[in-house]
Amino acid sequence: MFEPIPICLSMPDLPLLLVSTPAGFPSPAQDDMEEPINLADWLVEHPAASYIMRVDGYSMTGAGITDGDLIIVSRAKKPVAGHIVVALVHGDRTLKRLRRREGRHWLVPEAEGFPETIVDEHVEIWGVVVGLARKYV
Amino acid sequence: MSAPVALIDCNNYYVSCERAFDASLCGVPVIVLSNNDGCAIARSAEAKALGIRMGEPVHLIRDKIQKHGIRVMSSNYALYGDIQRRVVAAIEPFARDFEIYSIDETFVDFAGFEHLDLVAHSRAMREQVKQWTTIPTCVGIAPTKTLAKLANAAAKKNPIFDGVADLRSEEIRRWVLDQFEVGDVWGIGRATTEKLAALEIKTAGQLRDMALKHSRGVGGVVLERVVAELRGVPSSVIETIEPQRKGMAVTWSFGSPITDIDMLMGAVTQYAMRAGEKLRQHGLVAGRLTVFFHTNRHKQDRPQYSATRTLSLQPMTNDGLTLLAYARRGIESAWREGYGITKAGVMLEDLMEADRRPRTLFEEDNERRSRLMVAMDEVNGRFGKFAIVPASQGFKRQWKARSDAKSPNYTTRIAEVPAVKAR
Repeated sequence: MFEPIPICLSMPDLPLLLVSTPAGFPSPAQDDMEEPINLADWLVEHPAASYIMRVDGYSMTGAGITDGDLIIVSRAKKPVAGHIVVALVHGDRTLKRLRRREGRHWLVPEAEGFPETIVDEHVEIWGVVVGLARKYV
Repeated sequence: MSAPVALIDCNNYYVSCERAFDASLCGVPVIVLSNNDGCAIARSAEAKALGIRMGEPVHLIRDKIQKHGIRVMSSNYALYGDIQRRVVAAIEPFARDFEIYSIDETFVDFAGFEHLDLVAHSRAMREQVKQWTTIPTCVGIAPTKTLAKLANAAAKKNPIFDGVADLRSEEIRRWVLDQFEVGDVWGIGRATTEKLAALEIKTAGQLRDMALKHSRGVGGVVLERVVAELRGVPSSVIETIEPQRKGMAVTWSFGSPITDIDMLMGAVTQYAMRAGEKLRQHGLVAGRLTVFFHTNRHKQDRPQYSATRTLSLQPMTNDGLTLLAYARRGIESAWREGYGITKAGVMLEDLMEADRRPRTLFEEDNERRSRLMVAMDEVNGRFGKFAIVPASQGFKRQWKARSDAKSPNYTTRIAEVPAVKAR
C-alpha cells in the first residue's frame, strides 16, 4: 500500500520585498565593480611593524626625500647596505642611506654639505624606509 | 594531556611604549602617572630600584624625583592602545588562538605547535614583538593559565630563564612553585591568603598539595579551581570569543575642583557622549545609566559630599544625546552648592547587542538620530576628538584633567608623528 503524501498548502516562508525594482536595462558596470584604490595598503606592507615619520631637513634630497615629507619606516624589513634607513645616532633619529665601505657600515647623506657617520656602538638602525608620501598644496 | 598555554607579558609596558619613540628615556629612571597626574602607575627598572612603589602619589615623591632626575610622564593611552594592537599582530603567527587578557598580557594557545621546541618558539615570538614594536617581553609556558602566570613571573624575576620559563617539566614546576608566596598566585586575594596562612599554607607549592575538598571548604569553587590548575589540570581554556561586556564606565578626575554645576555638566556631557560612542563602537545598547560625582576624600578638612544616581534607560539606547539627557537629570537631582567636586563619571550597565534590543510599544522612530550619531562619529573620527560636540560640553574644557607631561600621539595622529632629522 502506498501511503498518501500530505500536500502542504501554506505559502513558503519568503521574505517580503518592499524595495522597488528598477525596470531599466541592468548595468554591466555593476558586474565589473572592483575595490577602490587604497593607497595605504599599497604603501604599507606590514602595518603592525610600520611607522610614519616626518622628515626634518634636506640631507636626502638626492634620494628624492625632502623637508616635510612623510616616510613610512618598517621594522619588519632587515636593513642591508643600499637601504635608506632611520638610525638612532647618540639617541637622535636621523635619515640616511646605509652604505658598506672597506668592511664598515656608514650612514651616508645624499646632498652636498652633510656629514657621513660611521656605524659604531652608538648607532642603532631603527627601521628601513619603505614608502614616501608628499602633499602638494 | 592538555595543550600548552603561554602568557606573553610586556615588561614595564607604559614606560617601554614611551621609550619606543623617545630615546632620551632609555637607561634612566622613568615613571608614568595615572589620570590627572596623580600616582605612579608604571615604573622603569631604574625607578623600581630607587624604591618608587606602584601607586605611590607623585606629590609624596617630589624630592626623590628631583634628587635622582626621574623622568615623569603623563599617561598616553592612545599610544599604549596602538602599540598593544601591534604587539598582538606580532604574536598572531606564533599561536593557534590567543586571548588578550590585559593591555600588556596575552595568553596564547600552543595547540598544534607541540612538535616544536616551544622555548625556542617563544624566544622567536619575543624577538618578533621586540623587532616590530621595540617592546621587551617575558613568556611563561605551562599546561594551565594559572601556571603560565607563575611561569611568566618566574621568567621576569629569575635571570636563569633568560625571559622564557617553561613549567611543563614537573621538576622545574615544583622548584618554581616552592619559590612563590601563595599571595602571588593568580586569583588568590588578601582574604584567602590570610585564611591559608592560618592553615600554614604559605607557598604556591603548599597550595598545590592541599586536598581539593579542603580547598573548596576554605575558598569555594574558585580556590578549588586554582589548586587544580596548579596541579596542571586546566579549568579554563583560552577564550577566543571575547566575553560579552556587562558594563562600561567613563570617569575622570579634574585638574582643579569644580564648584559650578554648569562646569560639571560640561564634563559630564563629554563622558555621556564618549560612553555612547563606545557603545556604538561595540554594537551595544545600555539599559541602565549611573552618574556619580564626589569631593576629594583624602582632604577631610574640606566639606565632603558624594552623590550617585542610577536611571533606567527606556528604551535601551546607545544614542549619546539620550544618555546625556539622563545624565543631566541625575546631576540636577543630586547637585548641592558649596562643594569642590574632584571626580565624576558615567557608568552604563545592562548592556546588550543593539540588534537584539527589545522594542518598546510607544517607541519613536529614531532613524534620524541614528544617522546623526553615525555622522558625529565619522566627523570626530576624521577630524579628531571633540571636533563636533554638543554645545553644553563647551570648547574650553576648563575641567579637563591635568596631563602636563604627555607624549605626542606618535602613531595615531598625523600632526604628531615623530620627526627624523635629515641634517
